[in-house]
Formats: sequence, C-alpha cells, structure tokens
Amino acid sequence: MVGITSFGAYIPIYRLSRDIIANSWDRGSLKGERSVANNDEDSVTMAVEAGSDCLKGLDSKKVDGLFFATSNAPYKEKLSAGLIATVLDLPEELITSDYANSLRAGTAALRGAVDTVKAGSASSLLVTAADCRLAYPRSDQEQWFGDGSAAFSIGTDKVIATIETSSSINKDIMDVWRNEDDQYVKVGESRFILNEGYMASMKEVISSILQKSGKKASDITKLVLPSPDYRTHTTLAKMLGFDPNAQLQDTLLGSVGHCGVAHPLMLLVAALESSNPGDTILMASYGDGAEALLFHVTEEITKIKPQRGIKKYLQSKMMLTSYEKFLSFRGQLEPVPAEPFRTFPSASAYWREQNSILRCHGSRCKKCGRSIFPVQRICFNCRSKDEYEEIRYAEEVGNIFTFSIDRLAGRSDDPVVVQTVFDIDDGARFYLSMTDCYPETVNIGQQVEFTFRRIYEGAGFHNYFWKCRPLRDGGI
Amino acid sequence: MRSLKDEVAIIGMGCSKFGERWDAGAGDLAIESAYEAYEDAGVGPEDIQACWVGQMYAPVGGLGGSTIADTLKLTNIPIIRNENWCIAGHVALIEAAIAVAAGLYDTVMAIGVEKLKDTGYPGLGTGRGMSPVYEARRTAPGSFALIARRYFEEYGLSMEEGKETIGKIEVKNHRNGSMSPKAHFQNVVTLEQVINAPIIAYPLGLFDCCGNSDGSACAIITRADMAKSFRRDPIYIKGFGIAMDAILPHMRPDFGWTSFEALKTSSRKAYEMAGIKNPREEIDVAEVHDCFSITELIIYEDLGFSKHGKAKEDIDSGFFHLEGGLPVNPDGGLKCFGHPVGASGLRMTYEIYKQLQGKADLPERQIKDVHRGLSHTFGGPPQISALAILGNEKG
Repeated sequence: MVGITSFGAYIPIYRLSRDIIANSWDRGSLKGERSVANNDEDSVTMAVEAGSDCLKGLDSKKVDGLFFATSNAPYKEKLSAGLIATVLDLPEELITSDYANSLRAGTAALRGAVDTVKAGSASSLLVTAADCRLAYPRSDQEQWFGDGSAAFSIGTDKVIATIETSSSINKDIMDVWRNEDDQYVKVGESRFILNEGYMASMKEVISSILQKSGKKASDITKLVLPSPDYRTHTTLAKMLGFDPNAQLQDTLLGSVGHCGVAHPLMLLVAALESSNPGDTILMASYGDGAEALLFHVTEEITKIKPQRGIKKYLQSKMMLTSYEKFLSFRGQLEPVPAEPFRTFPSASAYWREQNSILRCHGSRCKKCGRSIFPVQRICFNCRSKDEYEEIRYAEEVGNIFTFSIDRLAGRSDDPVVVQTVFDIDDGARFYLSMTDCYPETVNIGQQVEFTFRRIYEGAGFHNYFWKCRPLRDGGI
Repeated sequence: MRSLKDEVAIIGMGCSKFGERWDAGAGDLAIESAYEAYEDAGVGPEDIQACWVGQMYAPVGGLGGSTIADTLKLTNIPIIRNENWCIAGHVALIEAAIAVAAGLYDTVMAIGVEKLKDTGYPGLGTGRGMSPVYEARRTAPGSFALIARRYFEEYGLSMEEGKETIGKIEVKNHRNGSMSPKAHFQNVVTLEQVINAPIIAYPLGLFDCCGNSDGSACAIITRADMAKSFRRDPIYIKGFGIAMDAILPHMRPDFGWTSFEALKTSSRKAYEMAGIKNPREEIDVAEVHDCFSITELIIYEDLGFSKHGKAKEDIDSGFFHLEGGLPVNPDGGLKCFGHPVGASGLRMTYEIYKQLQGKADLPERQIKDVHRGLSHTFGGPPQISALAILGNEKG
C-alpha cells in the first residue's frame, strides 16, 4: 500500500498586512496578511525547512528519492532537488528530480513520487514544494501571493493516507505565465482566466475523479482547493454539490496568501493536521489544466510524531512594517549597496567543504570525544590526526553563550546582524548569524535552532549556509 | 632556550602622522617614518643590512617585501614581510631583534606601514572574516562586542555599569590623545558623550571603537654593545613574547570570552625574559591594544595589571591615567591614532621609546621617572598577541 507516511510544512516568519501594500499605492486592500520570505530565504531554503519538518521521526538514511517542485528555482540550470537532499543529509544513492514551470508542478511531483514507489524504483521518497513568486508592484497578485512550502514522505510503511485515485486534465491556456526573461508573473484578462481556466479545468478534474472512484460529493470529508481569490472555490464547490461550510478546507489566503506551486500541498498538510482515521480527502490543483488526488486517511495518523506543519508555523510570526523592506527582500527595490565582501567564495572550496557547509557536520574526536564545528582534521583538544566521526547538528538546539548586535556588518536592506556564539549539549560551539528575530530580545542563555539560509551572492553563485533563530515552536 | 634580554637595542625610531592621509600613499608613509628613524639613529639606507616589514592588507596583501624595497630603495638585502594581523608591527620588531641577537646583522630596520584609506574601508570595521562562508558577516566590532557582552554577564555588571566602566577607558585615552600631535583624533570626550554615542556593535558604541587610519612607524635596531656608538640614550629590548591561540575563538569549545590564552602566554614569556615578577609594580608605562574599550579592559587583567574581574576598580580609581600608578596608552592609543594594522605595534613602541628617553612630543604627556615600558598588540579574530618590554638602562 503506497501513500503518505509523513508530512511537514513551512511558513516564513514574516507577514505583511495587505493594507500596507494597498496604502503604499493608494488602492484597495485585499484584506488580511501575506507571508513574506525573509531576504535570506528562497524556494530551496523553504523546501529544506518543510523537508526537515517532514523527516521528524523518520530515518533520513532510508530515504531513497527526493523530488522538488517550484516555479522559482534559484538556478535556471542546476538541480535544486540535489541541493535540498544534500542539506537534508540524505544518502548519495538517491533519485532526484525538479518539477517546474506550472502551478501544477507540486501535485505532479506528488503523483510522480507515488508512481515511482508503486513501480518499485524507490521505497521512500520525499516530495518538497516551495515557492516565492514575484508579482508586479501594485498588482492584485502582489497582495495575493504568499511564500511557503510543504513536504510529504511517500512510502509503503506506516502509511497515514493512502492514495486511492488520481485524475489529470491537460489544457493549454495563457492564464498565468512568465516569459524567459520575466521577473514578474503575467496574468490574462480576469473573467477569461477564471471561467475558461480555473472553473472549467477544476470542474472537469473533480467530476472525473469522483466518477473514477465511484464517490459522490457527500462521501468526501474534506475538499482541498487552492483558490485564485476568496470566493471562486466556494462557487465551484457549490456547483459540484459540496457543502462549502462543512467540507471546504480553509485556503490560507487571508493569513498566508497563495503560495504558488506549494499551495495545494500546504493545504493538504493543513487538512491532514485535523484529519481522523477513515476520512476521505479530495485535493485538486490548478495550472495548465488540473490534477486531482483522492486520499484515504488511516489509523496511522493517530500515531505520527507531531510536526510543526501549517498549524505551528502559522502561529509564529513577526509583522513586517514596511512595504519598502518587502520590496528589498526579493531585490525588487535596490537599496544602496553595503560595504563589499572582501573574502570571496570559491566553487571548489564550497564543494570540498560541503559536509560542514551544507550538511552541517562537525567532527567528534574518537580518542577524546571533543566535538567541534566545522570538521577539523586535527583534534582541537588532543591533537589526534584524522581520527574523528562526523556528526550532524542541524536538528539540535543550542544555548547562546554570548552575542553581539552588529550594525556594521549587515546589508543596507538588512542592516543589523546578530552574531551569536552558542553551545550544543555535546560541547560543540557554533558561531552563526541569527535571523528571524527581534535583535533587542536576544539574550545569553536563550535557546536557538538551526535554519538553512542563502547568505549572499558571490563568485557567480548563491552561497548557502546555516544561521540560527529563536525556537519557532510555540511562537515568538 | 636563551634569554635575549639586553642583547639588542633600538637606536632610532620614526612615526608618521596618523590619520586619513589622502595626501600620502603607503610609500610616502614609509618614507615619513623611515627617514625620521634614520635621522634619529644617525644612519642612512646604506647602513641597513636587513629589513622586517609588518603590513597586513594595504594597499593589498601578497606583495611580499617589494613594497618597501621599491619605496625606500633598500636593494640587495633580505626584506621579510609578515601579515600577522594587528601584531604584524611587533612581529617585525621582534624578528629583527632575534636576527641581530643571532649575530647575522649589526644594523637592521623594522617597519610597519598600512594604507587603509586606499582600500575603500570606511571609518570603522577593518577585519572581515577569514572564511567567506563561516565568517561571512564577521567584523572586528562584532567580534569584540562578544567579549563585552560576556564580560558584563560573567562579572555581574549591569549594562549601565559595564558601558560606564569601558567608557572611562576612552575618556582617558582621548584626554591623552589631545596632547598627541601625531594622533588621528586629538579631541577630548566626556563620559556622557561616550555612553550616549550611536551603537556600532551592541554593546559597543562609536567611542568604544578605534577608527581606520593610515600610518607608518619604524625602528632601527642594533647590537646592544654597539648601541652607544650611535647615541647616548639607546633603548634596550628587555623581553618579548608572541603567542597564537588555535581556532577562531568563536568556534573554540568551552572558550570563556573574558580572558585569552594568547594574552597570558605572550606576556608571561616577555616578563620571564625581562625578569619581571609583578608587572603592575615593575612596568612604568604601557601601550596596549585598545582596538575597542573592552579589549583594553581584558588586557589589564590578562597582562597582570589588574586581577581578573577587578579591572573596574583600577579604572574607577584612575590607576591607568597619566598621573596614575601605571599609565596606559599615554599617546591616546589606537583610540586616537586609529589602527593602520601593520603599523600599530611599532607606533606603540615609538611612544614607549620616546617616553623612556624623556622625549615625549609634548612635555605635558611625559611621564616622570620611567625605566621600564611595555608595548603590546592583540589581533586577528582575536587570536594572536605580542609584547615587547623596553628599558632605558641595562640590567
């Protein structure tokens, strides 16, 4: 029996009230708030977060595949799934693929994973989807879009939701697209894309999956529909005989926004978070046609280890108070450059040290037991040479030993850098910048967790490394 | 191991004007200090048999000794450049002394020069991380602020008490600097100004940080037994020490952040060679590495001027003032001279040399009855420390 064995999600800590965007342009607000990826986040770092949330309680060494879906990969040519898998410290023998270019890429990856496991090519596959799409300043989309990610583990062991049926409709239509050199999403005439795009495709795919599975609308416990606005999915549900109040999963549009490729998967996570054994979930996603999947929730859902998921990440937030800062986070507004970096990265050094830089490995001396980060060939304590084992620290929690709040080191759009020195229980000490925090609340003894971030651009490639942040579990 | 106490003497020194020297390149700065040193020693370039250079970045690293050979036209002699962070000037001095003591040369030069203002470095913040990944955002103020935050925590100082304690160090240094014609900053500041200044790296404010500036300083060194043939008041090298800790302190497990092994080890070595048992009593004047106010405080403790955790008492009592028991940074220190990295160690040594000769550039700054002086630099992330102890008579 193939199905979902675990799930995870991630919502960036920053939220921006849509009123702030609206006021900046003297136009109407779409109300509520949207999530905003911090300036050190992108689709890859968010996929790592959701992937790591999903892997809690699973043995990552048994994962033998990773798919990543996004419409905004950091590289036009280069595998993001491979980078995510490395950061999650997955084994090297691994099936990896990027799914891209369509809002349907997330569900395509999910279905691809199910088929791969069914075919026996992999036994435990991680699916990650993340997006942070850019909309034209002043557009509706600028307010609607949000940033976020979701992840699922697909396998055969302790399945929490089996996948009963699927249906896929292909329709070529110019509704939302980006040409090769476009930074911003282009959107067609709204009545046309709503009626001939979303409504037509979704109606067809939902009717198709109900027919294939022999189920009626009333047999469905939860209907999971990403929606282009606050209303359209409700109209659609009614039209197909569903009861929107009882059956429709909240779209997160008011609190997070439409997270592109990741959105249907994030909604599925939210649905699973409040599901009971025996529930039937119908999820449909829209984009160049539509795709639907039907899930049956099993007893195993009561036994899974708690994830942060949508629920917890939704609660923990920091409000962004400036529209200009929001624009600067994705480079839409270029502030005065900060002092240039004086030490430049090297592709070969970055590659050579990826166990420390990407996998977050330190070394533990086999002779004296001293742990240290990054990996040291000669023990700091007893000087034994090349006698160490590598330890992954990314899932550990640290305690701040000392810190500074540096107003000189930052970028002009992120001028304050909290530098922290913190300890892990085994004695390893880390020196990392802190992100997602209110600098004035940082203190000695404070608990911090690791978070993988894009630290800067240099030598023609994106440089990723770890930072720390205050624990997000339970909110800030 | 052999002690080199009193085997080597300094017979001439020079120091350029420090500051934003838009008018002078690295070469001009070197000429300024070297020709003052030649004149002071009564020698010329033809007398220099070898040269040690302390130069960290500027104008760029990796140029070897060429910068000095090209400028000073010191030809066909060994010129050895070191880039040992902030202690590079001291390393040049000490290595030159060792070579003379070994009998290889009679007369050599140690010179430090740095032209930071041609590199685009702003007023503050020299010292970016060594690794583009692990230390991408490391700055000097950010690193030394880690010491301050921890020190306040460790010794139970409230933020106000802590800021006031380190602030008093800067009030003292600025007062001294106001009497120092070669200093970059020659203004007096009040404790209120220091405490209320904009924050650079919390908890350090603007006046807790030294600035980036240009400068050069130079020493001519010879055998002690030849020294009096050059001048009647040579200054003898009594002892020295250099030590470097392993691993960036930020990543060093169990590191306490309030005391540095390199400071303790390098000073112990220097005291042993100089025969000093109680530095608080036996040192008459000191120039120490006040790159940040907190640095001067932990140096008081690690160099044995104050007991650990007790520097505050000595700061409050004015023990390190010009009129105090042990005047520290009588020329205004890095705080007023700025920190042209490779030049600072020799600039500090220049002040001690002049004080021991009774020739401080302004008589108001001349400390009375001085026989033993110490100059010290501390640098890197921080990780490395060097000292030289000088005296105006043998024995």
